[in-house]
Amino acid sequence: MSTAREMTIRVSRGDAQRSEWVEYRVPVEPGMVVLDAIHWIQANRAPDLAVRWNCKAAKCGSCSAEVNGRPSLMCKTRMDHLPAEQPVSVSPMKTFPRVKDLVTDVSWNYAVNRRIAPFTPRPDAQWRWQQSDVDRVQEFRKCIECFLCQDVCHVLRAHELKDKFVGPRFLVRVAGLEMHPMDGGDRLPWLWNEAGVSLCNITKCCTEVCPEGIHITDNAIIPLKERVVDRKFDFVRWIWNQLRGKPSDRF
Amino acid sequence: MAALEVHEHDVLVIGAGGAGLRAAIEAAASGVSVGLVCKSLLGKAHTVMAEGGIAAALGHVDPQDGWETHFRDTMKGGSFLNHWRMAQIHAQEAPDRVRELESWGALFDRTPDGRILQRAFGGHTWKRLAHVGDRTGLEMIRTLQDQGVHRGLEVYMECTIVHLFRDGDRIAGALGYWRGSGEFVLFRARAVVLATGGIGKAYRVTSNSWEYTGDGQALAFGAGAELIDMEFFQFHPTGMVWPPGVQGLLVTEGVRGEGGILRNKDGERFMWRYLPEARRQEYAATEDEARRWLDDSVAGRASKSRRPPELSTRDNVARAIYTEVREGRGSPHGGVFLDISYLPAERVRRKLPSMYEQFKELADVDITKQPMEVGPTAHYMMGGVRVEPDTGAATVAGLYAAGEAAAGLHGANRLGGNSLSDLLVFGRRAGAAAAAYARSLPASPRVDEGEIEAQMRLLLAPFERSEGENPFALHHALQECMGRYVGIFRTEADLSAAVDELERLRTRLARVRVEGSRAYNPGWHLARDLQNLLIVSEALTRSALLRRESRGAHSRLDHPQLDAELGKVNVRVRRAGNGMSVDLTPLPEMPAELRTLFEPAREKVS
Repeated sequence: MSTAREMTIRVSRGDAQRSEWVEYRVPVEPGMVVLDAIHWIQANRAPDLAVRWNCKAAKCGSCSAEVNGRPSLMCKTRMDHLPAEQPVSVSPMKTFPRVKDLVTDVSWNYAVNRRIAPFTPRPDAQWRWQQSDVDRVQEFRKCIECFLCQDVCHVLRAHELKDKFVGPRFLVRVAGLEMHPMDGGDRLPWLWNEAGVSLCNITKCCTEVCPEGIHITDNAIIPLKERVVDRKFDFVRWIWNQLRGKPSDRF
Repeated sequence: MAALEVHEHDVLVIGAGGAGLRAAIEAAASGVSVGLVCKSLLGKAHTVMAEGGIAAALGHVDPQDGWETHFRDTMKGGSFLNHWRMAQIHAQEAPDRVRELESWGALFDRTPDGRILQRAFGGHTWKRLAHVGDRTGLEMIRTLQDQGVHRGLEVYMECTIVHLFRDGDRIAGALGYWRGSGEFVLFRARAVVLATGGIGKAYRVTSNSWEYTGDGQALAFGAGAELIDMEFFQFHPTGMVWPPGVQGLLVTEGVRGEGGILRNKDGERFMWRYLPEARRQEYAATEDEARRWLDDSVAGRASKSRRPPELSTRDNVARAIYTEVREGRGSPHGGVFLDISYLPAERVRRKLPSMYEQFKELADVDITKQPMEVGPTAHYMMGGVRVEPDTGAATVAGLYAAGEAAAGLHGANRLGGNSLSDLLVFGRRAGAAAAAYARSLPASPRVDEGEIEAQMRLLLAPFERSEGENPFALHHALQECMGRYVGIFRTEADLSAAVDELERLRTRLARVRVEGSRAYNPGWHLARDLQNLLIVSEALTRSALLRRESRGAHSRLDHPQLDAELGKVNVRVRRAGNGMSVDLTPLPEMPAELRTLFEPAREKVS
């Protein structure tokens, strides 16, 4: 069944201290994806080649890496869609520290997630809504946590502001909570004070690499920025509350 | 050697899919200390791959539905080999678990009047599956994950558990290694919940990822607990067959639930020929009736028409597809055609978005314009750890199991959609029972130091060998063996050949060699996982030998009929010294008041 065609794959191998490019010749089958090639190398050339993967169907977001420099899911990147005349380069996500070979330490993302106030049902929640009320939120909930958006985001990647900015993934998560029809939580002060929502300057790189096609910038981040700014800088609202003796909800 | 890393918890949950997360949340809610260990990163477990939905008799679309009908469907689907009590608890509690998930933030698709929408699935009398397009599992795991991280759980990611310790006859803890560093870690625990999922990696054509190597079943077996029903392994009827790299990848039953039609290469809608006579009256008699059912379904209204023949149970559809292909009526790449392209493209993309993407990206097929090619793929283990229905307690004190790792709910064949509800219903119960048990112990059990040392030496042995086999080659050989001899249709001769081959593989595994360092070394990880795969493969094969009949997912060409006597027993597997004992154990008898639900008069009413 297999064809005689071969391609060269250059894999960035190493650990946190050192790394090198190692070339492998890999037989190419119809429909083959980069992860298949990595598995072929594991089984036939380098059984200790480290890679994360699970579903192999673009549903779990485990096999994130950079293929020819582009943040991609290896399970979704077809070999026959890559230029055949040059070697395919595969390296780990740059934004996160390397554990080994293609595996990076993404634990920072899990720590950020814990800081987000969870879903908090409104006391008067009725649990009835129209499909059209949740289409937008369902888009956010398609996120498979591949962290490719975090990888490509220049605030995290180039400026290394992990202590100031939570990254696109978690703005999408907050948007999913804030726009949930039954949620009564308020995460706007947190977005401004701790999540660094203003650091995003909407270059939309995250949207471009999202394998789920979530409109991260347009549908999640920009509306969140608007909500934050509306509250923070709405002096009419502030004065109105003052006059009525209501506590300020500014932050 | 560096000092051994040690953690201590009242309850240690192994596995962080739907069952493990739900168990951990419940245990933590009762105030005990909970550790949650997973082989992968949190949120990547195979629950994310569950697509079609979660079965619960909410009755939102078909108001006639109720727990009695769900119970009846589950028992019939399992050829009455299910534990009646588990099927009862499951049917009664699933609706509450779905509503609970919603109260934790899950967003299911809606009916026109704003309630949770339900879709049809194989073997379910009414439209019963709460769903989110075709990514229900992702919605479920993310909801549980986001709840869980705020409940004070300690999560240990990318950690593989390799051994359970006992103190006398009680569970005392577990030994694991960090996948990243290769260093060992000891968990002292009063109670352990196994929620490790299935064994799908025993087969080459499988919907399962690398994780599903029968860890929970093998750990329980090693600790002296009983396994049952291991001969019942489900081949999902519809996996992708082309291109080669994606062979086995799941094509959700939701495609058929939304109207997908199965045809052979001659264009024949063949499922009508394969409906069991006893259940034929439950299905549409003509193309027209099937189409009316679908139109009602799309409109979200109750239907007077009966469901299409494609919605037969999975065991039956898998056999039908296999037979069509074997008899020369298959598609070009050795499957059959599954067609949903006759529906409006917009609806297909809306209800089956990830199927649309999956076929477009990976197979260059636009499912709104062309049929898919599909064939059976190894999918789900009905058998597993024998548990008490109400608590999930295994036959070893302090050991619990839930989800796919446990047995009993599904009997000889699982209905689609019943696994997600299984995870929630029995995950919750196992978590609560494990916590109560942990609190009831006057003192922490002790772990034997010598046993820790011995286990660590065993794990490192493959590094010591200067020559030996490659673990990937051994895995390939195991998968060839199981695919060839222990597939959909089985015979005494094939099963015996498999037992012999598995014996040879065990000898070969004892000489496996691992290269490189202990840091994130997939070859080493696989070498250890293969031990579990060999145990569960042997349990499956030996159990299949003992059941000389055809029932549910277990089809014996040499014993094609049901055997009433074998319908009263489960096959039981236990450790006996270094070997495996396999025997028959009586199936608990259903009480009279539940039996009446199967009387024809009662069936008509509900």
